[in-house]
Parts: sequence; structure tokens; C-alpha cells
Amino acid sequence: MDDVKTPSREERKSALSGLGTSRKRVEDARFTQGKGNYVDDIKLKGMLFGDFVRSPVAHARVKNIDTSAALALPGVHAVLTAADLEPLGLHWMPTLAGDKQMVLADGKVLFQGQEVAFVVGDDRYAVADGVSLVEVEYEELAVVTDPFKAELKDAPILREDIADQKEGAHGARRHPNHIFTWEAGEKEETNKVLEEAEVVADEMVYYHRTHPCPLETCGCVASMDKVNGKLTVWGTFQAPHAVRTVASLISSIPEHNIRIISPDIGGGFGNKVGVYPGYVCSIVASIVTGVPIKWVEDRMDNLMATAFARDYWMHGKISATKEGKITGLWCHTTADHGAFDACADPTKFPAGFMNICTGSYDIPVAYLAVDGVYTNKAPGGVAYRCSFRVTEASYFIERMIEVLAQKLGMDSAELRSKNFIKKEQFPYTSALGWEYDSGDYHQAWEKAMKSVNYKQLREDQAKQLQLFKDGKSRKLIGIGLSHFTEIVGAGPVKNCDILGLGMFDACEIRIHPTGSAIARLGTISQGQGHATTFAQILASEIGIPASDITLEEGDTDTAPYGLGTYGSRSTPVAGAATAMAGRKIRAKAQMIAAYLLEVHDDDLEWDVDRFSVKGAPEKFKTMKEIAFASYNQAIPGVEPGLEAVSYYDPPNMTYPNGAYVVVMEIDVDTGVSDIKQVYALDDCGTRINPMIIEGQVHGGLTEALAISMGQEIAYDEQGNVMTGTLMDFFIPTAWETPNYETDYTETPSPHHPIGAKGVGESPNVGGVSAFSNAVHDAFKPFGLTQAHMPHDHWRVWKIAKDLGLHS
Amino acid sequence: MEKINVTMTVNGKEETLSAEPRTLLVHALREHLDYTGAHIGCSSSHCGACTIDMNGKSVKSCTVFAPQAEGAEILTVEGIGSPDRLHAIQEMFKEHHGLQCGYCTPGMIMRSYRFLQENPNPTEEEVRFGISGNLCRCTGYQNIVKSIMAAASKIRDEANVEKKEIA
Repeated sequence: MDDVKTPSREERKSALSGLGTSRKRVEDARFTQGKGNYVDDIKLKGMLFGDFVRSPVAHARVKNIDTSAALALPGVHAVLTAADLEPLGLHWMPTLAGDKQMVLADGKVLFQGQEVAFVVGDDRYAVADGVSLVEVEYEELAVVTDPFKAELKDAPILREDIADQKEGAHGARRHPNHIFTWEAGEKEETNKVLEEAEVVADEMVYYHRTHPCPLETCGCVASMDKVNGKLTVWGTFQAPHAVRTVASLISSIPEHNIRIISPDIGGGFGNKVGVYPGYVCSIVASIVTGVPIKWVEDRMDNLMATAFARDYWMHGKISATKEGKITGLWCHTTADHGAFDACADPTKFPAGFMNICTGSYDIPVAYLAVDGVYTNKAPGGVAYRCSFRVTEASYFIERMIEVLAQKLGMDSAELRSKNFIKKEQFPYTSALGWEYDSGDYHQAWEKAMKSVNYKQLREDQAKQLQLFKDGKSRKLIGIGLSHFTEIVGAGPVKNCDILGLGMFDACEIRIHPTGSAIARLGTISQGQGHATTFAQILASEIGIPASDITLEEGDTDTAPYGLGTYGSRSTPVAGAATAMAGRKIRAKAQMIAAYLLEVHDDDLEWDVDRFSVKGAPEKFKTMKEIAFASYNQAIPGVEPGLEAVSYYDPPNMTYPNGAYVVVMEIDVDTGVSDIKQVYALDDCGTRINPMIIEGQVHGGLTEALAISMGQEIAYDEQGNVMTGTLMDFFIPTAWETPNYETDYTETPSPHHPIGAKGVGESPNVGGVSAFSNAVHDAFKPFGLTQAHMPHDHWRVWKIAKDLGLHS
Repeated sequence: MEKINVTMTVNGKEETLSAEPRTLLVHALREHLDYTGAHIGCSSSHCGACTIDMNGKSVKSCTVFAPQAEGAEILTVEGIGSPDRLHAIQEMFKEHHGLQCGYCTPGMIMRSYRFLQENPNPTEEEVRFGISGNLCRCTGYQNIVKSIMAAASKIRDEANVEKKEIA
């Protein structure tokens, strides 16, 4: 028997592919073979298609809708308008932000691309024919696209439905186009500090409107089974359980008769959190026609109508001593929400977590006010690859730090270092009220500065500047720094809910007799690789190899309730639930093992994949043996089977952070930037799968590159969308995208069961500031303090021109 | 609109469908013939999610009419390997984390398939240019490029082994 070697502890551990392993993804087999199952792949018997007639104008009264020519087409089955939805009470729907939104134009349209009528037909082609034949008579109204003009006395009133309401979902409204004022911090004290300060930097920082633009657009297939009274909707839903509850509340279909399924999702990035008119119309159309209805946006619909992001005008003042110790921060934000307030934020936070805008710095006093306004633009305000308004907050403080450094004549790396929250200050309560869980910012910063050889970079930059000044080169070098602190993992039920639903999450585990398992979660992967990583968490907790654990998400009939995947909440919340459910399994397994080994529970200790008797490791029961015993032994006082569920209400958010450096060379005459180096150090606490973390960082950095260097949703003064196709809306190709250097420090979250903080959104949060700061840095020697993003070639060329750098 | 018959060879199998002449090839493949590997991301030739191989060339099937494929040899991601024997490109995308949400992947793999026949020994820069008609929102391309470089090397090695075996 010599050839049967007892595996060592390390070998047993490695066989699990648990925490910290760069386990290959289990999702990839189907995706690489074209066997993914996305919404548009779903084909049901008798299924019809639906699509919208959309408004060509930004603000108009709808005088008449004539559907007769469309209905006369043989392939068209129905055309829905607001008049058809009104008897059902579905011509308007609630938004996630406590506002309401027209499902189909009810008397007027408020943005270009707004849904006016829903045409149902045999296939996409018949529907397209029908859409083109619906005659809508519009009477155009004056348009407001500038949020600073929305509250003028003579501004056209956009939302006539609530024009007289002085109170909105978030307090007092001072103008018909005003949505809310949200404040945090100490107003008077901050003003006093600013008045008395030795140095104050004052700047308007604009984070432009953009769009998450996942490669797969939004869509659904709604199927009302009238025989069983059950509605099933397959859709691109980042929060399937919340969609079920909302669908039940607005349709009056009992919640147990609604099944929401998120199949494979082709990227989300926040775009697929909200509820869109397409879902409501598909459901109604399925009820009306009695057959399944498929609705899938095209790219232009997606960019024009569903879920923009950002559009924050952030006016900031930051004060410091002459030596560079920050003494106070003030911010007033004008938030352009478009025609309906459809932000996807926790209810109590109409400006999301914008009050994380003190960033990584120990700022004694701060004040923030955010005013939301209506304009003739698409609704949304989603968290595009970030937690709620966290990129906006991070961009704001990282620009203000740069502007302050410029005013102080100090290197901004040094200014950051001087003001970082110190390691020993954690848990740290910020001036705007958050309790940062853990971090070691100085360690991260020093590692970053050393890794990029910061001193050398500055010397090279100075040499290049001299060449430029001497007329020997037309290129400048910019070094962009950023240190960000995110706030993710929403969140504690005590202060985080969406439409009253607490933002906990859940995991349910069932161990099979032969020792393999299935786990189901309330989240839904959109490319993050949950089936791979959550199995790793479990493998380490319950000693069953990750490859023996199936992971399922997205079907509300089978998965436990959870609030879904966005705002980097999957690992902090559902990941914690997974670990806690695993611990429940282990606790029961310990009782079973004690019975089998005829010892007391306390005489056992956990050892990777087994319980062994303390002091006698040769006496043990593996999880596989315990699993089988749970099905075939009558154990006194212990129920058969081995299952557990955990609903996890996190005690706090998590605070991932990191230090990023971007180096770029800018051609002053063309505005073209050549990215020379991107270094990203992330601290996401405990690292579950380094390979996936690295992939997330690469992807998030590329979205940051896109946003900062060219991507925007732009409108002209008439409210026409100027960037409605991928010809105009910038998505970097492999050719424009640089290679990235990734790095890390590891400061576990003290309150998370495995110490993990989440990482998917960090690179976008830290990246946008780093890219933008690099552009600013290149022109700093010529007096540039602030130039708004995106820094596309034309805008960069314009910076150079305005600074007099063109001959 | 009057329907017409279109016959093409898809992954080695002759297929005939009856569709309106305006039917796009991507819809013909996905909806008439159930090859759902090719995806639709933009319907305007920008994103490349619908890339397939048609008569030995990479084609964005969202901007080709089905009748233009009459008599054509079509290869989709479903046809380049099998569950038991993946194509080297499929294998290397798995190995090097060259995909996340998977939506661009079939197009990306099909473009790589053709590109590596056009250029079996590419530089990283050539790979980046070669796949610049295909957008990915998740990976930042770094691991896609790595996957394609690894696949190129694997395909070359396999070809060398075959040559030796023949010799």
C-alpha cells in the first residue's frame, strides 16, 4: 500500500482551489464555444417582437398618435400607447429614486428618444415597418439642456405633472425644475474655516455625462402563462429579485406568480440596474396578446434612452495651511438628472455616496450640498462601474488636490502624503459621516511612487518641458496621480434600501450525499466570474473542492432574495453571506463528525477539508464522509441533510482604495495623447482570485481611459443627442488601449467574514482621475488649472491653443 | 415582403432558409438557423460581436444581407472546435482569462481565427491592429492579446509537430 500516499495538508489545501488561487473560470467553456445563453438567444414558441416609436424631439406636446397605418400592416399585431396603459395604471412607473417616469408619452415628451408607442409584430422587420408608420403629431416646446438655466424664472416647466409640488421624495423643491437639495457636513463651520484659511483653492470641476454602454444592450422576453397565471420574464437584470418585487407592486400580479430570470448578461456596468419602459411594455403586450414578447434595444436606443451616468457640476473650495495641511473642504454640486429622477441610489442617498468626497484625506471639516435638477435629457444617473456617485466624488477631490497643490506650489504627491488618513486612525470617521473600515494609504502610496520611480519621471518630464520651451520638440509629458477611496458593498439595512428593500444579500448551500454541492446567491454575474470566485470562498470554508460546487444566480424562483450585482456589492455582501452560510454548514458538519468519531464537538478541530480529533489527527472525518453520513445516519438531535442559508446584513460598507499613476505624452499641435505608462495599485482587502482581480482592473482602467479621454453623451442646444452611435461614442479598441501594470497591497476589511472589499469598480474610480490629472499636469507649467473632460484630441488641442502654445 | 430561399454551408453543413431578402445574415444565422454564437452589439459594423468567417474572410454579419451569402462557406464559433477538442484559440482564451462577460468572445475568437491564418506569427502590435474592429468592454484587451499570442504559438507548435510526423 506504499503507493497510496496520504496527501499533506498543503496538498489537500491546494486541491480545493480556494481563496487566493488564480482558478480558471468555469464560465469560459460555454462562452468560448458560442453556447452562452443571453436574452436575445431566447426563443419561445409563438414569440412576437416589440419595439418603440421614439420621440425625435427633446420637448414637445404630443397632439395626436395615429396608429392605423401601422396596424394595417399584416405583420403588426398591436400598437400600445399611453392611452392603452392608463386603464392599467401603467402609463407611468415609479423610479428607483422616488420619482415617477412615463412608460409611454403621456401628453408630452421630455427628451429625445423617449418612448412614445410600442409596436408588436411577427419579427424585428415587421416591427420596424410598423414603427415607421406610426404618425405622431408633436408641438415643440422650448428646451432646457443647461442645468444652470433650469431654475431660471422664465425656464420652461418640464414636469407639469408635479409642477405644483413643493415637496419631492427628498425634501423641499424650490422651482418646478428642481428635484432636491441634499446636504451633508457642517456648513457654517466649513465656511468659517475657509474664510480664515491661509490658502484656498476654488474650482468648478465638471464630470460630464457618459454612458455604461455594455456590449449587450438591455432587453427582455416576457411570457404571461394565462393557464397557470404565471408571468416569467427573462431579462438583462442586474437586480432580478428587486425587479420581481417592483413588477408585483406596479402590476398587482402576486409576487409568487412572477418569476424573473437573468440569464447570461453581456456586461452591465450599471446600465441594467433600473427598470425601463421596455420591460413594462413587453409584459403588458404579453398579457394583451397571450404570447411571449421579446424586446431588445438597439445601440442607439441604448445610448439615447437607458441610463446615462455622471453629469455632475462640482464647485469646490479646499483650504490649507501654507505648509499644505488641509483644513476644510466645501462642495456644491449641480446634478443634471434629465427628465425624470431615475438614479439608482439607495433611497436615503439621492446623491449616492457623493459624501465620500473627502477622499483619502484627513480633512477636519467639510460641507457638501447637491441640487438635482430636471433637464430635457434622458433619465438615469446610474453608477457606471462605480458605487453610487463615487467616481464623481473621487474625481472631484483628486482634482481639488491638484488645484490646491498648484496654488501651494507643492508637488501633489507630497501634498497627498501629507494629508492621508494614517493607518492608526482606522476605523476613521470622515467629516461627512462615513466610517472607513481599514487602509494603509501611506504604504500603498510609497509602494506606487517607488514602483514607477516617481522622481525619475519628474526629471524626464522637466527635460521634455525644456526641449519644448527651446523649440526642439512639440510634445509635453503629463504625470497623472490619484489616490482613491471607494465606498462599496451597500449596504447595512439600517441606512441602505432601494424602494424599501434592505440591501442585504443571501446565499443558500445544499451539500449532496456524495460530497459535492450547489450554492445559490441573490446576486448575478455580468462577467465578474461569480461561479468561479464564490465557489472558491466556499471551498475554503467547507473543504469541498471548488470544482465540485455548482453556483447558480439569477432565477428568483430558486435563488434566495438579494439586491443584485452593482456598486461592487457582490463580494462585500453576497460573498460574506456565502462565507457565513458555509460556516453554518461546517457547524453542523462538526456535530455529525463528533457523532461518527464518538467524541465531544469541542474535541474536534477543523483541518482544511475535515474535522480531526484534537491531538489525534489520524482520527478524522472528511467533509465527503460527513456529507454522506448526513444522508444515511440517524443522528440523535440532528436533522438529516446538510444545507444552510445565510441572509447577511453587513455591519458597514467596505472601503477599497488604491494608488494610480498615468504617464502620457501629448502632441501640442494635434492634441493626440500617447499613453506611456499606467500603473495601478489596488487594495481590495483579501484577494479571492488574483487572475480575476487583474482582469477586473484591466477592464475598469479601459473604461476610465474611455471616459476621461473621449467618451460622452453630448447634446446640442435643441436637445439632440450628438453621440448616439459607436461612431461618435468613444469605446477604445485594442489599438488605443495600453498595457497596464497592476500591483497590490492587502489590508483586509475587519468586519467582513473573509476580509474582502470588492475590486471591480476601483480601477474606474481611480483611473478617471489619473488619466485626467495627467492631461492637466502636462499643461500645468503654462498655467492650466482646470479643463473639463473628456480630453479628446480636439479639446486637448483647444487647451494648447487657449494657452497660446500654437504659433 | 416576399420570402426567398437562401442556401449556404454553415460549419460544414448545408443549410437552407426562407427569409425576406432584407434579412441580415446575423439574423439568418441566429434566428432562422439557431447558430446563436454570433452576437449583436451595434448593428452598424462598429463592435464586431457578430464577426464570422465567410468564404475565408472575417465578416461582420450584421451588415451583410442573407442573400449575399447564397452559396457561401460560413464558419461560426460553433464550428471551429468541439467540446472534446477545443480550437487552440478557444483554449488559450480560457487559459489566459481572455474573456469576462463573453458577449464579444465569439466575434473576437472568429476574428482571431482568420487573423492567425493571415499572420501566423504576429507581433503584439499586429494582433492589436488585427482585432481593432472588435470591441470589448470588459477585459481591456490585455488578456485577449495574450490569449491570441499564446494561440499563435500553440498553432505553430502543432504545425511543426505535424510536419515532423510527416517527415
